[in-house]
Amino acid sequence: MDQVELTEQQKKARRSRSVALAIVLAVLVLLFYAVTIVKIGPEILNRPM
Amino acid sequence: MTMTNDHEALAAPAMMEGDARDFFALLKPRVMSLVVFTAFIGMLLAPGEIHPVLGFIAILAIAVGAGASGALNMWYDADIDILMSRTAKRPIPAGKITREATLAFGLVLSVFSVAVLGVTINWLSAGLLAFTIFFYAVVYTMWLKRSTPHNIVIGGAAGAFPPMIGWACVTNSISIESIVLFSIIFLWTPAHFWALALFKSGDYGRAGVPMLPNVSGERTTKNQIVLYAVLTAISGVVPALMGFAGIVYGGVAAALGAAFIWYSFKTWQMPDGDEKMIPAKKLFAYSLVYLFAIFMALAVDNLAARYLGAVI
Repeated sequence: MDQVELTEQQKKARRSRSVALAIVLAVLVLLFYAVTIVKIGPEILNRPM
Repeated sequence: MTMTNDHEALAAPAMMEGDARDFFALLKPRVMSLVVFTAFIGMLLAPGEIHPVLGFIAILAIAVGAGASGALNMWYDADIDILMSRTAKRPIPAGKITREATLAFGLVLSVFSVAVLGVTINWLSAGLLAFTIFFYAVVYTMWLKRSTPHNIVIGGAAGAFPPMIGWACVTNSISIESIVLFSIIFLWTPAHFWALALFKSGDYGRAGVPMLPNVSGERTTKNQIVLYAVLTAISGVVPALMGFAGIVYGGVAAALGAAFIWYSFKTWQMPDGDEKMIPAKKLFAYSLVYLFAIFMALAVDNLAARYLGAVI
């Protein structure tokens, strides 16, 4: 099977994109957590069993 | 070089060489900074409160939405961007990122930013953001830009929406005050872009974009610049006249507006066919200062009124 051989430049660019994506996803997790706390807060524990 | 060859030159390479910075460049960071600034001021001026975390997320969503419309603009305009000195180094014409990837990037960020704003803040502001993206990417980029010399007059609405969205994030409404904030940017846009178009008319001509100087000539453009500078200066003092900004703001806005008219008048005096176009370049630079200063003055006035207890 033919495989695409990446150049050093392309590997470097891919690494940069991957790191950026990881940072964005991590920040989103933190943001959505913060929004949940702000909008719902301790009330999230107050639910019928 | 024909259009067909331009498109061939933009054909997708097997693997992109664009890194994270190139993707960030697709968001037009300088435009985004102005969007963040004006949306924040809209939020600050609006009556009511918003939790700082929610305010931060709202600004982020508005910024990403604006960036997404920038990416969609670069996707559609790649064929003419390669022809203009100002835009030739953008990621697509530079061969860093493919058009397909740019389209996907722009669409995903558009949907995501609108959804986040709707779920976390309110659906009125999300709807306004969606309309802004649609207006910039479809109405301005795909339709007006290549078909009429009044492209940036109508298209300017896209850049004028952010303070209105910021306002709607806090109040869940559109009010006369937010329409005034909208109109300041809306009326400011033509003088700002036509000053640029005067000294970049060769670029726009090469790309076949019908900017006013190329279609109607320098004299008409200069007349229109003065007209819009006067309208901008008037709209700048309206917040003080309507009472949602103080008298000190009114004085500052009048002075800033008078300077805007002065720079536009100097451009109007510039002889036709001037090679260096120094007055037009000065007007372009001052127009950026004007918009920043007028919104900053609104913010300072509002904070002073809030914390000193009375409108100064």
